[in-house]
Amino acid sequence: MTDQVISTDPEVNDAPQSGLASFWFYFSENKGAVVGLCFFVAICLIAVFADFVAPHAPNQQYRDFFLVPPVWQEGGSWQFILGTDAVGRDMLSRLIHGSRFSLFVGIIVVVGAVTVGVTIGLIVGYVGGALDTLVMRLMDIILAFPSLLLALVLVAVLGPSLTNAIIAIAIIQQPHYVRLTRAAVLGEREKDYVTAARLAGVGPIRLMFRTILPNCMAPLIVQAALSFSTAILDAAALGFLGMGAQPPTPEWGTMLAEAREFILRAWWVVTLPGLAILMTVLAINLMGDGLRDALDPKLKRS
Amino acid sequence: MFGFLLKRFGLLIPTFLGVTLAAFSFVRILPGDPVLLMAGERGVTPERHAQLLEQFGFDRPLYVQYFDYLFSALRGDLGQSLVTKRPVWDEFFTLFPATFELSICAIIFALVIGLPIGMLAAIKRGTWFDQSLMGAALVGYSMPIFWWGLLLIILFSGTLGWTPVSGRISLLYYFPNVTGLMLVDSLLSGQKGAFASAVSHLILPTIVLGTIPLAVIARQTRSAMLEVLNEDYVRTARAKGLSAKRVIGVHALRNAMIPVITTIGLQVGVLMAGAILTETIFSWPGIGKWLIDSISRRDYPSVQGGLLMIAVIIMFVNLVVDLLYGLINPRIRHKG
Amino acid sequence: MALLEIENLSVAFATSGGTFRAVDKLSLSVQSNDILAIVGESGSGKSVAMMAVMGLLPWTAKVTADKLNFNGIDLLNLNARMRKKVIGKDIAMIFQEPMSSLNPCFTVGFQLAEALRVHLGMNRAERRKRSIELLELVGIPAPEKRLSAFPHQLSGGMSQRVMIAMAISCNPKLLIADEPTTALDVTIQAQILDLLVSLQSETDMGLVLITHDMGVVAETADRVVVQYAGQKAEEQPVKKLFAEPHHPYTSALLAALPERATSQILPSIPGVVPGQFDRPKGCLFSPRCAYATDLCRTVEPKRAEAALGHALCHYPLVDGEPTKNQKVS
Repeated sequence: MTDQVISTDPEVNDAPQSGLASFWFYFSENKGAVVGLCFFVAICLIAVFADFVAPHAPNQQYRDFFLVPPVWQEGGSWQFILGTDAVGRDMLSRLIHGSRFSLFVGIIVVVGAVTVGVTIGLIVGYVGGALDTLVMRLMDIILAFPSLLLALVLVAVLGPSLTNAIIAIAIIQQPHYVRLTRAAVLGEREKDYVTAARLAGVGPIRLMFRTILPNCMAPLIVQAALSFSTAILDAAALGFLGMGAQPPTPEWGTMLAEAREFILRAWWVVTLPGLAILMTVLAINLMGDGLRDALDPKLKRS
Repeated sequence: MFGFLLKRFGLLIPTFLGVTLAAFSFVRILPGDPVLLMAGERGVTPERHAQLLEQFGFDRPLYVQYFDYLFSALRGDLGQSLVTKRPVWDEFFTLFPATFELSICAIIFALVIGLPIGMLAAIKRGTWFDQSLMGAALVGYSMPIFWWGLLLIILFSGTLGWTPVSGRISLLYYFPNVTGLMLVDSLLSGQKGAFASAVSHLILPTIVLGTIPLAVIARQTRSAMLEVLNEDYVRTARAKGLSAKRVIGVHALRNAMIPVITTIGLQVGVLMAGAILTETIFSWPGIGKWLIDSISRRDYPSVQGGLLMIAVIIMFVNLVVDLLYGLINPRIRHKG
Repeated sequence: MALLEIENLSVAFATSGGTFRAVDKLSLSVQSNDILAIVGESGSGKSVAMMAVMGLLPWTAKVTADKLNFNGIDLLNLNARMRKKVIGKDIAMIFQEPMSSLNPCFTVGFQLAEALRVHLGMNRAERRKRSIELLELVGIPAPEKRLSAFPHQLSGGMSQRVMIAMAISCNPKLLIADEPTTALDVTIQAQILDLLVSLQSETDMGLVLITHDMGVVAETADRVVVQYAGQKAEEQPVKKLFAEPHHPYTSALLAALPERATSQILPSIPGVVPGQFDRPKGCLFSPRCAYATDLCRTVEPKRAEAALGHALCHYPLVDGEPTKNQKVS
């Protein structure tokens, strides 16, 4: 209807924005995304400085203070702001230290899955042929299983621990990157700029990583945000099922599993770790939505 | 249509082979001796070890073992549970109706609430109404459902005392297992209050399992609807002087449903993963809980069989979704 | 009384960069049995004006007008219920992209019968009979079979014929055709135009033809409105317009027709229609006008009299030369 008209007169045209500035313009337009980013940064800072922020050591048991309620409830004290758990450990300190595990899981899973997935996707998309078919079938098989179930089985095989949970989650996450990268490479491979680069004598490795890859970053970044939150959720679920981090690690999912039996007696030991998971995941998903809006011009609001 | 079906079916075969291979190798890629692994911490005598090795056929070449496994699986023989000694196939199908019932209720819950939410949000896009609905949907999408279940238990079972904490039906009722679906069986039994009891046991698990699909469906419906509302044919429909209800409910909705159906199909995997957590929280005697128990008891044939069956079910549902997709989207149907 | 009367219609869009006036004080009228062509480049707001008449604009659009009457009904202040009775029945519209204008999920028959049921309350048998009749009328062979066809099984020309059949199904008094042939093959274009003109003459309906193609205008229209950047640049009967354009823009458009080319190189108009951020002061056409003076670049022009084609120009052309006797007001 209203055709976008590009001015030929450079003086009246808006100053062309740099990529980053335009990204920030669209990202910051999304209020939720900015809130999510702020919250995420705050969690990162808390995780980094957990030793200084936390009032107590996470595994320190205060034998005289079992299941002390939070400070605003009757019986609560300022010594344990968010109360204590069944063996007298400070909830706040455990939650603060727990952020380390969640972020750690997210980062390692994303870095691992992205590195492996993108590399495989690039190679497979670039080389094509039988290798392509074989790898993509394999990825289809991994995706045919529900992610949590596959992670559970992998952990059962490898033995329950946080490290193995991370490995399992990274394995089930990477097919998404293989698919995305491969699709992008197939789309870009035949484009003129790639042909031009090839004619200019650019080698295949450089062609893959320096020429093609930057042009398919947007969906990868959005997917990375998604994996980050999924990884945190899955790791917490594994912890909850006793297949992830093992007690007394103050991992949020593991804390929930330990707290289950007090569900009707001490609401705070159940509510708070879950709330921490929810808020963290929500913040990352808010950011992810903002990233998608800012990076994917197709989905930009009209 | 028939050609389409056949082609779609043909595509399943390599995936099925791959899935069986994955289920097969999961026990075999384990470092170390499968027999020792199955025996767990107890350990076995050397004689018993050799006997087991032969019993399970582990002394034969790998590919022979795989084909053996594949053809047994095709016949419905998934081996024997190490714990109960019953066939895995029977165990699975005794418990499957419980999970099926829960999943169906959850997906209906998600659709009945998610679709209207997505449509309303799309129609009122940009308003506070849209933003709060989509905010809620994102919270649902970010929800650790195992915690969500505990919260609901605290509120509805603990504080309010409205719903039971676990199980499928009150112990007061006993009736024969006809379909395995508690809602149906309780009605068939004709016992007073049995159906109500079954429903009250279902409510919380349904909400918990349905939350993420609900959020995904609402978000997907909204974005599909927004896209469709910008299409030329919606303008044509409006230019015909049709009511807004008809433009949205007939012309836009039908087209918006095409991507949404794909999303619904993808939720089956989410439901299966969610069932593991939901059933654990509510002590729901379905395959999710059975799998978790089998894993912790190192009952590998059960885990292996369950893994395979779930993958097959997901493949089957995706096939059905594809067919539905063809039914709703004439462009696919006529490609035949 | 004119069938469609528009006086000072403006349409403004609220965008992130402020408001954008897509249509600026447009006035025109259409009689029944009249073919009015609205000509302009893309971005000149010709479709938007007609969408405003139909009430099809998105909610971001703000429509104002001194008068927006159809057949004596004030379209501007019509409630939704009354509007539904007029739109699609007495005023119908067809669009540029026939392939995407039909709903891919429903059969041709379903989409044709819909308006018949809603507006005329026909029963199933009547609808079917009328649908077949309509498809015959627009020249679709084997209409009974086509009723159960899906849009993706039709060619572009066929789709546009179906669109036309849908549009005329309730015997509208006014048909708005928004670039009906732009997306079609050249050979099909003429057929569709012929169809529209013959339907128009048979039924005495008014026809508004939106186009950017002066060739189409010459073949079909009675009167022409030339639109530029949301404003009416000039309005004349078609023969007079081609004989003597009074606005430099019209003149330049005509000069760009291949049939009228006098040299080896086809003349073109430099630059593009101004958009939201580069609206010039004074006359909107001044940056691209061969005759522009400082006056044109600073002061908005006034409309000339009917003899000069209502040209919105400081120096309307007479015999291809700008008149210099206009005073600055």
